[in-house]
Amino acid sequence: MQYHSPSSFNEAVAISNSSSGLVKYLAGGTDVLVQLKIGTKSPDHLIDIKNIPGVREISLRDDGGYTIGAAVSGAQLTDHKELSKKWPGLVEGMELVGSAQIQSRATLVGNLCNGSPAADSVPGMIAAGASVSILNSSGTKDVLVEDIPSGPGSTSLKNGELITAINLPKRNDYEGDAYLRFIPRTEMDIAVVGCAVNLSLENGFITTAKVVLGAVGPKVMLAHSAADCLVGTKLDDNILSRFSAKCSQIAKPISDKRGSAEFRKDIIGVIAQRAARKAYDRALGKY
Amino acid sequence: MTKIHVKTNINGDKVEFLTDPRETLLDCLRNHIGLTGSKEGCGTGDCGACSCIFDGNLVSSCLVLGVEAEGKSIETIEGMAGEKELHPLQKKFIEMAALQCGFCTPGILIAAKALLDRNNDPTESEVRYWLAGNLCRCTGYDKIIKAVMETAKDIRETA
Repeated sequence: MQYHSPSSFNEAVAISNSSSGLVKYLAGGTDVLVQLKIGTKSPDHLIDIKNIPGVREISLRDDGGYTIGAAVSGAQLTDHKELSKKWPGLVEGMELVGSAQIQSRATLVGNLCNGSPAADSVPGMIAAGASVSILNSSGTKDVLVEDIPSGPGSTSLKNGELITAINLPKRNDYEGDAYLRFIPRTEMDIAVVGCAVNLSLENGFITTAKVVLGAVGPKVMLAHSAADCLVGTKLDDNILSRFSAKCSQIAKPISDKRGSAEFRKDIIGVIAQRAARKAYDRALGKY
Repeated sequence: MTKIHVKTNINGDKVEFLTDPRETLLDCLRNHIGLTGSKEGCGTGDCGACSCIFDGNLVSSCLVLGVEAEGKSIETIEGMAGEKELHPLQKKFIEMAALQCGFCTPGILIAAKALLDRNNDPTESEVRYWLAGNLCRCTGYDKIIKAVMETAKDIRETA
């Protein structure tokens, strides 16, 4: 294996395109190094992007949204007070990934590129309407996060393509997001189900809603019809129970060691309902 | 395989070593530099026995490549005690018998130090969550948590 440490994104993509065999990009390494250790993926070329200027920065754009560099760690997100206040759901999703040791290294982009349907940070990014900047040999393009996962462990990224940053839209007043997951213990586990909800309100009525379900299908998925149940409402108990049933209905989980399909369908409704309530309260500025 | 020459700083000392790019920082610490205090439990970032401070951040050194250490500053368990005295956490762990076999102890001490360096007044829940990435199969954790809480109290009182 050859190790590369380029000083620009263009150089990173050029190395990738001119290298043969398996090429992997390295940021936090919390998945890549595990795969290397257990031998599931043995790259011929490893391109470390952490020495590229700006790759570990969180910046506020002129349009009021945030750009998060590809190598920004979970701990950096949590420590960023303003970002955590505006996007608590997104940040709490990332915060649930692993231990303090993992948080020092793991990144949003890595969690996304790993392609797990149970990735805790991905539902929050999709619910936020986030996009990623992708660099390839023909230039840069912006793609919605929801279009990146394509199946268990796979993404729509082509060989050589590199995600350089995540772009969050501007946050307005009376908007709120939340992410909740179910695990059978309190820490250090992989989601049995997860759900992110992002809401905008006007006079207490929900005007837009995004609902994203994790670990209940081959990839993290947007639940459009469940979100539609919420729009135009003030989230009363009737609406919540209809919403909960809809989420359970949409979910297409498998049975595995973490939970049966039947259990997952049931519990996703409960978790989604709680996440919706939390996002709604946050949009009202309650906490 | 061509080895890579890495220059780094470990516990305040300038250190150079040669590494295969596939080797982890943990491999380099133990096999090239002779610092065997950091342990390999799982090798996949689950157990925390290899915890180190890497450029100011608590990491599992089994999930860092040796080549990434170039130009960085690393703190390991070997640098935790002062020249004449143990670190307050080390003293308290002995005093309160917060260890049995001792395999997880270096990692737990490093992780606990990282916590107390940023927050010397953590709640018990905060300590438990912070140390969730450090597995101990002997103590049942209670003594460890109590020792960390007591050390934090001592630090606050002497501050």
